[in-house]
Amino acid sequence: MAVVFQKTKGLTDKETHYCPGCTHGIIHRLVAEVLEELDVLGDTIGVAPVGCSVLAYDYFNCDMQEASHGRAPAVATGIKRVQPDKVVFTYQGDGDLASIGTAEIVHVAHRGEKITTIFVNNAIYGMTGGQMAPTTLIGQRATTAPLGRTVEHSGMPLRVSEMLATIDGAAFVERVSVDTPANIRKTKKAIKEAFQCQIDRKGFSIVEVLSTCPTNWGMTPIDALKWLADNLIPYYPIGNFRRPGEEK
Amino acid sequence: MAKGKVTFNQDICKGCGLCTTACPVKIVTMDTSKMNIKGFHPATVFEMDKCIGCANCAMMCPDSVITVERF
Repeated sequence: MAVVFQKTKGLTDKETHYCPGCTHGIIHRLVAEVLEELDVLGDTIGVAPVGCSVLAYDYFNCDMQEASHGRAPAVATGIKRVQPDKVVFTYQGDGDLASIGTAEIVHVAHRGEKITTIFVNNAIYGMTGGQMAPTTLIGQRATTAPLGRTVEHSGMPLRVSEMLATIDGAAFVERVSVDTPANIRKTKKAIKEAFQCQIDRKGFSIVEVLSTCPTNWGMTPIDALKWLADNLIPYYPIGNFRRPGEEK
Repeated sequence: MAKGKVTFNQDICKGCGLCTTACPVKIVTMDTSKMNIKGFHPATVFEMDKCIGCANCAMMCPDSVITVERF
């Protein structure tokens, strides 16, 4: 009998504080598995954001640094430039990356910093209690949009991957989802490619992961996965937008 | 004859039920007869002989509760 799946060494034994059914746990595990498989756990420095995943430094079994809200790419830039041989990644949510941290993420891509960003997009601010994010869908209810987001008041939701894919310094841009086991396997593949891109010094790499927030969406975890597949994926199409050596 | 075996670290299960949606043979269920230390009904499998060891449940679990073995 052979063990085909067990908890990765890339995660610590600490239990996460995430709500039941929150897909942050899946994405943490995938990142940790990839670092373990690439055998770089001892050479990796992660940067945790502000948001639900603010305590990610307790869960990843590698060196971690906390950054102020939205500034993880700037902190990661500093770390990577001082220690160019280390693998550096940031783990950010949509409130962090797509809102207060837009300048940082655009310019880290523009400079082509050799870092990897894991961007978790669940279309809402999770930690602060379900406020509207730039990625919140039209008509989606949030505590700051009780009747649903409207185009007239807030504009259309921001598609971050498409925006970053127009920047030449971004070597690898892909959007993935974690709603089914098949998509989770594709997510892991994309994360691995992104880290490999950094190790090969090709440029900036980012993986946008469509994720759920059952608590703030007001759904059961299972309904939230279905809502993700029915609503988020049609607006945020999954797929690769940029890859080294490929013109799109 | 079972092709696989799954074990659940039930004390850390948060009872979200995502694993039950991933099982192709529909044997992963929440054990409503029992409550874990966190106060959730933990995930379990009652008909282990039907397990095919695909690891989909473990892939879906946000809390790394599940270990999968294959014969």
